[in-house]
Amino acid sequence: MRKSFVAAALGFTLAFAGPAVFAATEGPHAAWMDWEPGNDVSNIASLQRGAANFMGYCAGCHSLKYKRYSRVAKDLNIPEEQMEKLLLLPGAKKGDYILSPMAKVDGEAWFGKAPPDLSLITRAKGSDYVYQFLKTFYVDPKSANGTNNLALPNTAMPHVLSALQGVQEAKFKVVETVVDGQPVTESHWESFELASPGQLSPEDYDAFVRDTVNFLEYAGEPVKAKRESLGVWVILFLLVFTALAYLLKQEYWKDVK
Amino acid sequence: MAASSDHAGKTGFRAWLNKRLPVDEFVDSQLIGYFAPKNFNIWYFFGSLALLVFVIQILTGIFLTMHYKPSEAAAFDSVEYIMREVEWGWLIRYMHSTGASFFFIVVYLHMFRAMIYGSYRAPRELLWILGMLLYLALMAEAFMGYVLPWGNMSYWGAQVIVNLFGTIPVIGPGLVEWIRGDYGIADSTLNRFFALHVIAVPFAIAFLVLMHLVALRQTGSNNPDGIEIKEKLGANGKPIDGIPFHPYYTVKDIVGVGVFLIFFCGVIFFAPTFGGLFLEKPNFEPANELSTPQHIAPVWYFTAFYAMLRAVPDQQLGALLMLLAIVVLFFLPWLDRSPVKSIRYKGWLSKTALALFVVAFVMLSYLGLQPANDLYVILARVFTAIYFAFFLLMPWYTRIEKCKPAPERVTYHA
Repeated sequence: MRKSFVAAALGFTLAFAGPAVFAATEGPHAAWMDWEPGNDVSNIASLQRGAANFMGYCAGCHSLKYKRYSRVAKDLNIPEEQMEKLLLLPGAKKGDYILSPMAKVDGEAWFGKAPPDLSLITRAKGSDYVYQFLKTFYVDPKSANGTNNLALPNTAMPHVLSALQGVQEAKFKVVETVVDGQPVTESHWESFELASPGQLSPEDYDAFVRDTVNFLEYAGEPVKAKRESLGVWVILFLLVFTALAYLLKQEYWKDVK
Repeated sequence: MAASSDHAGKTGFRAWLNKRLPVDEFVDSQLIGYFAPKNFNIWYFFGSLALLVFVIQILTGIFLTMHYKPSEAAAFDSVEYIMREVEWGWLIRYMHSTGASFFFIVVYLHMFRAMIYGSYRAPRELLWILGMLLYLALMAEAFMGYVLPWGNMSYWGAQVIVNLFGTIPVIGPGLVEWIRGDYGIADSTLNRFFALHVIAVPFAIAFLVLMHLVALRQTGSNNPDGIEIKEKLGANGKPIDGIPFHPYYTVKDIVGVGVFLIFFCGVIFFAPTFGGLFLEKPNFEPANELSTPQHIAPVWYFTAFYAMLRAVPDQQLGALLMLLAIVVLFFLPWLDRSPVKSIRYKGWLSKTALALFVVAFVMLSYLGLQPANDLYVILARVFTAIYFAFFLLMPWYTRIEKCKPAPERVTYHA
């Protein structure tokens, strides 16, 4: 009896000694992968600037199909007349969802892929990713539109913010490595250099991108700031409730010996 | 009005009611008259907490169904509608999504409690089996609920899990088609999962919870010492080491509820996605049959079994192993041959085995979340072997080890 159990356990161990499934390969870790926007969705001024940035530079191609203009105005304390004057796309009404005027077929024809809706981009990919994406465009003559991107290599999106950022060039280091016994030449990113300046200084461009990403994070979860501020009161209430419940329990349990 | 167990002493509405519905009799016999061991510790909170989470899931679920639309075209949008445009919809949805994960947390801790104190041992075998059936129903409920938001992970997760049924010999392919109601995961699949998630399985869970409680009333609760308090009765015919469930354990459970809610609300209000563990990132993209997520993983509460599946090169054997990992739990009452129930009095072999089992389960859960590369697959095999060895070797190690004698009376320090 005893032996059969040991044999069964051994049998299980041996049954797993089959071939490995597959190996994941990841490129080397680069500094830009750690860049973070440091979002703060309770910073209304930053969200207002981000909303203006989005409507001015992104909304031509990208929609926020779950967001209404009126909700943006309400959440970001933007007076209605000002919103109507500054934020509404041509033909839109304040109760409308923020929909880009670009037709899907046009997007596909012009870029090969319709520009995605950005309502949930920060929730699906993380706001770090969006920030890194907007900061790592670089000149690449081999690309169809002249630029490429580190966060999303071979992206179909042209660098629409290059007028603001300027022309950014990337320096790569050529590295020879061996993968599965085969020599492989890889180019590893080293640094960026601004070949010609844009309308904004590097600091101002960074702030511009941060505000925009902050706005996108807000758009991904409009209730986030409210959720966190309400949460503090909920937890405080529960602490008091639990303390009182504990005292009540102690009182009852006095006579349990 | 002072409460009295004497029906004749009641007047007014209460007398009228009790003549027609035995409310007081029920409270007297099931809550006040039910004597529970006085030495319950922190591990004994999780049964009532599981019931609390079940109620939270039912209540929030009712409100979600008022706005959710179970169709391929509208499901994803309707969830975002709830998150953005339904008054307090975000709170209801986060309570429900966080509730799913917390359900498993409390159920796993509840099951672990039964394992350390031998609560599955005779005469509570059926109580344990009813609990295991609840665990199975909960798994089905959670899986189908996870498909409903129709995100990309919902879709691909459903694809992987439903296809597991296809590995069953002969009937597999037909069975998969029957489950899906289509040749792929489609509108009809979503629609029937909705029906099962909101009607069929919750009813089954409610019924099993009732049976679980009735069985508990029949045998009485076990306790950390693993001895039967019914064997030592006082002059009043009640166990000397027992105390009325109400008020003693009702007030104590309220403290447990408070502490639980602090954690629960902490997640809801400050980390509802829990770093992508409770709500996975790819699920914020709508289901897309043309775009597979980089790495498909179920939600954390299934990943231990998923790691076992991936540890076996053959999918059919892997699926069988997953099934066995659950089936073996049903036999726990008969695998344990120890003369004592509680880990407190078992020998070092049982203690080591249980510790290894916990390490294996936690590690498998972790490995199931990671991409399956060489090292992780080897580790998953080792921990799978430990998982099964814990059960299969149990009849041996629980019998040969030297145990301490269980005490006559429960250990309790006021």
